[in-house]
This record gives sequence, C-alpha cells and structure tokens, in this order.
Amino acid sequence: MSKNTEFVKFDKVDKSYDGKVLVVKDLNLNISEGEFITMLGPSGSGKTTCLMMLAGFETPTNGEIYLDTNPISNIPPHKRGIGMVFQNYALFPHMTVYENLAFPLRVRKVQKDEIDKKVDKALSMVSLSGFESRMPAQLSGGQQQRVAVARALVFDPAVVLMDEPLGALDKNLRESMQYEIKHIHENIGVTVVYVTHDQGEALTMSNRIAVFNDGKVQQLSSPDKLYEEPVNSFVAEFIGENNTFGGEVTDISKNVCKVKLQNGEILANPISVNSKGDKTTVSIRPERALINPKDKMDNNQTGKIEEVIYHGDHTRVRLDLLGNKEFILKVPNSSNELDLKLGNEIKVGWNSQDARALDPK
Amino acid sequence: MSSETKQILTTDGIPLEISLKKAERKNKIKAFLLVAPLLLFLIITYIFPIGEMFTRSIDDKMITNMLPKTFKSMETWDGKELPPEEVFASFLSDFKILVDKKEHGKLAQRLNKEKNGFNTITKKLFRLVKRNKIDETQSIKEQIMKVHKRWRNVEYWQAIKRTAPPYTSAKYLKAMDMYLNEDNKITQVSEDRRIHRILWLRTVEVAFFVTVFCFLMGYPIAHLLATLPMKYSNLLMICVLLPFWTSLLVRTASWMILLQQQGVVNDFFVMIGLVADDNRPEMMYNKVGTYVAMTQILLPFMVLPLYSVMKTISPSLMRAGKSLGGTPFVAFWKVYFPLTIPGIGAGCLLVFILAIGYYITPALVGGASGTLISNQIAYHMKTTLDWSFASAMGLMLLGGVLVIYWLYNKLVGVDNIKLG
Repeated sequence: MSKNTEFVKFDKVDKSYDGKVLVVKDLNLNISEGEFITMLGPSGSGKTTCLMMLAGFETPTNGEIYLDTNPISNIPPHKRGIGMVFQNYALFPHMTVYENLAFPLRVRKVQKDEIDKKVDKALSMVSLSGFESRMPAQLSGGQQQRVAVARALVFDPAVVLMDEPLGALDKNLRESMQYEIKHIHENIGVTVVYVTHDQGEALTMSNRIAVFNDGKVQQLSSPDKLYEEPVNSFVAEFIGENNTFGGEVTDISKNVCKVKLQNGEILANPISVNSKGDKTTVSIRPERALINPKDKMDNNQTGKIEEVIYHGDHTRVRLDLLGNKEFILKVPNSSNELDLKLGNEIKVGWNSQDARALDPK
Repeated sequence: MSSETKQILTTDGIPLEISLKKAERKNKIKAFLLVAPLLLFLIITYIFPIGEMFTRSIDDKMITNMLPKTFKSMETWDGKELPPEEVFASFLSDFKILVDKKEHGKLAQRLNKEKNGFNTITKKLFRLVKRNKIDETQSIKEQIMKVHKRWRNVEYWQAIKRTAPPYTSAKYLKAMDMYLNEDNKITQVSEDRRIHRILWLRTVEVAFFVTVFCFLMGYPIAHLLATLPMKYSNLLMICVLLPFWTSLLVRTASWMILLQQQGVVNDFFVMIGLVADDNRPEMMYNKVGTYVAMTQILLPFMVLPLYSVMKTISPSLMRAGKSLGGTPFVAFWKVYFPLTIPGIGAGCLLVFILAIGYYITPALVGGASGTLISNQIAYHMKTTLDWSFASAMGLMLLGGVLVIYWLYNKLVGVDNIKLG
C-alpha cells in the first residue's frame, strides 16, 4: 500500500492575529498518512496556532491547508472529521465516560448498538473498560487523559491532533502515557499531529519532529537526526544539552574547519559556514566529549573542574574549558576510577565531526 | 463486631475522640464568638420581627380581653337559640367596665367588622348604660332585647361568640378573598369584592415573566461578558453594573420620563412614523410599564450569577464539542448550556424572589392594573393601618417564596446554585 505523503499539507500558510505580527510565517509542511509528527517549540513559537488552524478554530491569514488533497480552510471544525485531544482534556464534566465517548457518535447518528460496540472498543484500547458510568471528576488525571484520547479516536478520524495532552500529568505518569499513546498509534495507524514543548516527549514518540521557533519550522526530521545533526544553533540549543563556543572560521576544507576562539583553536565540522572569516557557534553534545580519551581525538584540551553534580545514573561535571565556564560533561556512574574533585585539571577530547560549526547566535 | 473494637487512645492514654474535641473546642468557641454579633443581629432584625409579624397576623385577643365574663358564660351556650339570661348579664357587666374605661367604641368597631350593624346597637346600649337606665333587679335579657331588635337576633350573638378565641385565621382567609361564615365554614366573598386573589395571581405572573425576560436578555449578555477579552468585558461589566449604582427611585423615575405618553419613547415612535401622534400607546401605568422597568432593574441579578458560572466554563469544551462533530448549536445545547444550569437556577431564583416582593417600581409605574401584592401590603400598613392584615399577607408572601425554594430544591437541587 503506497502511503499518501501529502495527506496533510500546509501550503505557504501565514497567520497573524493583529495584522502587525506574523505568528506563523510561510509554513510549508507535508504530513504523510499514518505518521506521528510532533510540533516542538518554545511557547509562542506558533505551534499551537498551526494545530488550531488544522482543527479549524483559526483561519490562515494566507495560504491553504489541504487534507487528503481537499482544501479545508472554508470547512467548519465540525465537518473536518479531525479528532482532538485538548491540553486540559476538555472532557464534558456533566456527562459520564460513556456519554463523553458516545457524543461524537451520537451527533453522527450512529445506531445505538454500534455506539456501544465502538465505545467498548475504544475504552478497552486505553484499558479503561468498566469505567463507562463514572463521571470525569471521579477519575484521576491519567484516566481522564486516556478518556480524552479514546474520545478523540472513537469516531475513527483520519487525523488526531493532540495539544500538549500530557502537560498536566506528573513525571512518571507522563512517561508511561507517552508509551501508551505511541503504542495506540502503532496499533491503529492513525495520523497524529502532536504539539508539545517537552523535547523528551517529542523524541520518544514521533516519527518526525518539526522544531518551531519564531513562527518558522527550523528543522523537520526524525528524532535521531534532529538530536545528532541539528542544522542550526537554535535546534542544537533547544534539543538536548549542548556545549557551545563562539568563534571565527580561520581555515576551511570539505569536512573540517578551523575555528579560532577567544583563547584557543578547535577543529570542527562545517555545517553552516562557507568561507574564512565567517562567525560561527560550535556545538558539541556533552556525551561526545570524553575524559582522558584512549583513542586519538582531533581535539584535545585541558579543563578545570568547577562543579560536580551527582545525578544518580551519571555525574555532571562543569568545566572551565577554553574560556567557556559552562562546559558540561556527563560521566557515567560506571567510571569510578576518575578523580573528579573541584579544581582538578582533566583532559578532554572530541572528534571534529561531533563539533558542529553552526550559524552564530 | 463494632462493640468489640477498641477505643483508640492517644499516646497519653486519653481517648482520641475526647482529646480531639478538647483540642478543637477553643477554635469552636473562637469561631462562634466571631459570628455571634451577626447571629444576634439576625435574631433581632429578622427572626424576631418575623415572629412578631406572625403573632400579629393571628392575634385576636382584643375582644377576648374586653368581654371575659361573657365568653366564660357563653361556653355552655349551644349557639342555636338566643343565649340565656346569664350571658346577657355577664355581657352587661363587661360592657359597663368598658364604658367606664371609654373602650366601648373599640368594641363596637371590632364587632362591626365581624358583622355589620353592631355600631348602632352598641351605641344605643351605651346610652342606656350611661343614663343608668338598666334595672339590675329585672331580667337583663329582656331589657337588652328591648334596646334594639338586633339584640333579639341570634345571629348577632353568634357573631360575638365567634370573636371569642384569642387567635384567628381571618386575616389569612381575607387575603385569599375568603371568610368564615356563621356556620364556621370557609366561604368566598362575593365576586365583586374579590381583589386579593387577582393581585396574587398578577404578582406571580409579573414575577414569572420578568424572570423570563431577564433570562432571555441576561444570558447572551453574560455569555458575551465571559468570552470577551478583558478590556472590553470590563467596560461592559460596568455598563451592566451601572444601574446598581443609581438609586432605585431615580431609575424608576427615568423610566417614567421615557415611557409616558408624551415621553421620549413615544416621541421617537411618532417621529419615525410608527404610531400616529394622536394615537400614542400607553406604556405606563399598566403592566407594560411594570414589566419594562422591573426587567431593567433586576437584570444585573440575572447577569451576575450567570457570568460567574460561565467564566468557569473552559472555552475548550465548546471547541471539543465542535471538533467531535457537533454543529455549533449541538455543541452549545449539549455541552455549554447544561453547564450553565447552576447559574440559570441561581439567577432565576434570585430575580423571581426579588420580583415577587417588588414594591416601589410597580407603585410608581404600575398604575391600577400594574400594582402587585406588595403595594396592597404597603397600603394596609400606611393607609388603613390594618397591620395584622399586612402581616398576614407579608407572611404569605414569605411562605410562597419558601415553597418556590423548596420546589427548586426538589427539581434542580440547591447545591447546584452558584452565585459566584
């Protein structure tokens, strides 16, 4: 079965609320059928606006959104057939769980026994069978969340939108719900557009992630690529932890460039620098820099330990390295032999390939 | 089993419950002292006056105290024939005391209320007593019967007997256009004298329609208030509350200026050609005026509870309703509206109860066909000075309100009320 890679299509979409500021700028985004795509970004980056435009609660100021090749800008929300899970679940407080789930089916004039069957199936999918007659207020946060998911899926919509659905849950519950939603998606193959500002959530759940900032998609790629190969310093900064050096390119070849820092020089992987004299920010993931490396690395530096923070499974070490006092290292708990004491000098090395020279901040 | 369960003790060996009570006693006393002034205030200004109203409305001790001997001797009288000599004798002795105290007039007045014709015959008897024309050695019955033929009529003696009990329900019956007839049966007054029942019905009708109008107008306003951005909704809120800050009298007077036949509204209608100049409709001194003015004055009492309830309804619920496939109307009717019922209940109850006892506005703009029962109460308070009758009607009004409250509790549940 060939999948429609343009199942949902944002075509040159702009959105402004006040006619002065563009909240979404020239958004072009294709979502394939059955995909789990996450819109990730800080608050105010325009991701929720995009979701609301797709759901039909906001209209694009310019451009068009297509659902299965049909333009939908002029279709009211209730005719779009898009399921939605809201930030605070938006369960109808005066209806039982059953009535909540039956609502989308009843307005579609589905037969009573058919409704019973579908509600049953949806509830068992989120493992809440037997909760039909409860009121939402009698459920825990996690259970309400699951009811909201079941309600958004019960009428077999083509697309399900989720607007920070796990934001109100505590950490443990949030993690287990992430897996649960991911499994539901895998089982029924519905297209999911998920909005969150939690990068961990985005990385674990999605097929692809669209990182939003300032009304624009900064990078659209799979979670691993996004983490390993950020295309600009915003993405590098926003996703995961990151050590940065600001400097100027002094020499550049195809795979490697020399970057002159305030006090020192390092080799880096040229991503968005082209020529000598370009300003750049070099980004290195903490886990890519090793202490006392056994293999030969093309960057070897010495740093002074400023702070040691115990994190259980690993220890974070803050170094003063090449003038950057915020250089973070993650040391696994298994490496006991290291002498991590405040003020000690240690050797640190990394490969130029892992030091990505991106646009200057 | 439960009798065998051990009492839980604190570490010091005192039973837990006692220890807890002890610990909480101080706080309870403090809390009580805090509310005590209010409690006292309520007792003095609310419970006590209502009790006073009640006793006043059923009080009929005046004659009981005036004719103690008469009523004592009447106890054995069956009330079918004229009473025996003994009753006449004790009546005369009671009457003499009243004449000495110059209270015979009051007696005549009160008895006249019970049965027409007492005034004349009491006066005649008074003259006889004054001139000492009654011979105590002769049959007093014969002498009194000679004073006027009505004294020979058993109906008049029955009327006196009816006034014997110190308590009476007559005022309540009167408020319902009924009275106790000679045979102690509840009867309706003749048709041309039935005024109160019309007033009661009109009061309920006006209160009901004012509530409906307030609801119809207040619901959209409250919804707008709850959904508009803060800077607009504040302005609108001030507009809604503005009438609150104006004196009730001023507001009613301004409605009079607007609604009278040569008033602003009529002038406008004439100007746009809606009505002819010589055919201006009467919008005041009838029910229309009462409806218009009362609806405007009571509107905030509907808007505020509705607003406070709507404010708490998350806008995402309506969105959820729509995204799940409900048309805007279905989403409103199935999702939004049921959630506003607590506010509707509170608003309607508030407006209805206020409207049912409304007084100034109907008095000023109501005219003859727009006055309500409270105007009648005021009339008896100020003009006829029949306070016991006014009290009776006031209590009936209070009883009506309590019945409505009880009904509401049965139908919707008072726990569902939300005032803010």
